[in-house]
Amino acid sequence: MDTKNPMVRRAYSWIDDRFHVTPLVEFMRHKYVPVHRHTVWYYMGGVSLFLFISQVVSGILLVLYYQADEDSAYESVRFLTTKVKFGWLIRGVHSWSANLMVFFVFVHMFSTFFTRAYRKPRELSWVTGFVLLALAMGFGFTGYLLPWNELAFFATKVGTDIAGAVPFIGEPMKIVLRGGEDVTGATLSRFYAIHIAILPAIFTVLLSLHLLFIQRQGMHEPQYLKRLPAEKKQMMAFFPNFLLRDVLLWLIVLNVVLALAVFFPWELGEKADPFAPAPAGIKPEWYFMFMFQSLKMLPAHVLFMEGEVLGILFFGLAGLAWMLVPFWDIKKKSGSKLDVMTGFGVIALLFIVVMTVLGYLL
Amino acid sequence: MNRRGFVSLLLGGGILGWLGAVLYPIISYLNPPKVPEANVQTVKAGSASDFPKNTAQIVKFGRKPVILIKTNNDEFLAFAATCTHLDCIVQYRGDLKQIWCACHNGLYDLKGRNISGPPPKPLDEYAVNIVEDEIHISEMG
Ligand code: FES
Repeated sequence: MDTKNPMVRRAYSWIDDRFHVTPLVEFMRHKYVPVHRHTVWYYMGGVSLFLFISQVVSGILLVLYYQADEDSAYESVRFLTTKVKFGWLIRGVHSWSANLMVFFVFVHMFSTFFTRAYRKPRELSWVTGFVLLALAMGFGFTGYLLPWNELAFFATKVGTDIAGAVPFIGEPMKIVLRGGEDVTGATLSRFYAIHIAILPAIFTVLLSLHLLFIQRQGMHEPQYLKRLPAEKKQMMAFFPNFLLRDVLLWLIVLNVVLALAVFFPWELGEKADPFAPAPAGIKPEWYFMFMFQSLKMLPAHVLFMEGEVLGILFFGLAGLAWMLVPFWDIKKKSGSKLDVMTGFGVIALLFIVVMTVLGYLL
Repeated sequence: MNRRGFVSLLLGGGILGWLGAVLYPIISYLNPPKVPEANVQTVKAGSASDFPKNTAQIVKFGRKPVILIKTNNDEFLAFAATCTHLDCIVQYRGDLKQIWCACHNGLYDLKGRNISGPPPKPLDEYAVNIVEDEIHISEMG
């Protein structure tokens, strides 16, 4: 320890005596982050992590007032946003940072893809990252229902009904998700449990693994940088330089979230009524839109299959292939201009963007 | 089989059995018990003469929503209100004289037949009888 303060020194050696943290501190001291023109992408994962922490904090605060019950869920959220001091702010932060988190996870994923950071030895970082994205979407889907408003109620009916179209396991899966044949108060209890207990437990384990892998392996360097001799490479110390930049960015993100929550409060809408016609404008959260729109555009029957079943199978397989990218990765032939993987990435990205836009326009 | 193989088999089998004993109850627990269908044969839906023409109402038929329509010629019609596409609840469009599902723009005619949009099947029809000005909805057949 190079601090002069005797108190700090004493405390440090007390801890070090018992837990041997010196190797850890040494590790931190020798951790460097490469500096190059793609360095900005390194921050995307950190931003997602920060938004996840905001989710946990605001989520725990929401739990204090929320009641997961058909008759009182909507009222409890209204009470929270109108009567509880700063309740509107906490709810706004929770909703906005959730959406931003999914957005940044997507950015993080595509930047990892395009810089080929998933390649050996980081295959498992990619796989855990993909699963974390899937879980984040699960958080979104289950959280959407909790205020028990009309839009969420029908979106959940539609979403779980689509899940029911999966061959063989669809029907039982739908019943288990809904807690019965229909979307009812039982569904609300289940979604609440999934949202605040089951998913957080799984998510925490995977997130820890994901972070551990990154700490063990360090930041990925792009190809051209790897070929440079060591003295030509620019490096930044992780601690404190990179970390301070991270924190600064987090502060900015926090401000953005707060501003959004203040200027664009999240609407509550009408209370769900299982015996009222569905209103126009039922739509899923934006990150499901591309799948939803594609399913809608498929004809009712394709060859011998129902269009929807075909769509679900397609997305299932595409998701699996995407998750396993590091294992079937196609290397660019030396000298050739064509990079197959970049092609795949661009197609996937374009497909998602175009379908999402269509979903909002049509 | 040698001794080592036998012990591995025993251990492996034991672990599998243990996993099964843990997972089976959990999976069964997740599957909600069947709630018996509320045994409703007929529901009353108020006065026939007070029901405005060319409008509709959603009526609770046990746990299911049913759409009750009064046409311009004072005829009453009733259909299951759950869209056959993805479960949304349909509504009557007086301007179109058709049944409309707002979720994905599905349309049914006044016989319950799916005529446009994604719905794959017609809506089930219910029988409507007027008994001394009281509307009675009952299952067909
Ligand atoms: S749910 Fe009725 S048209 Fe899709």
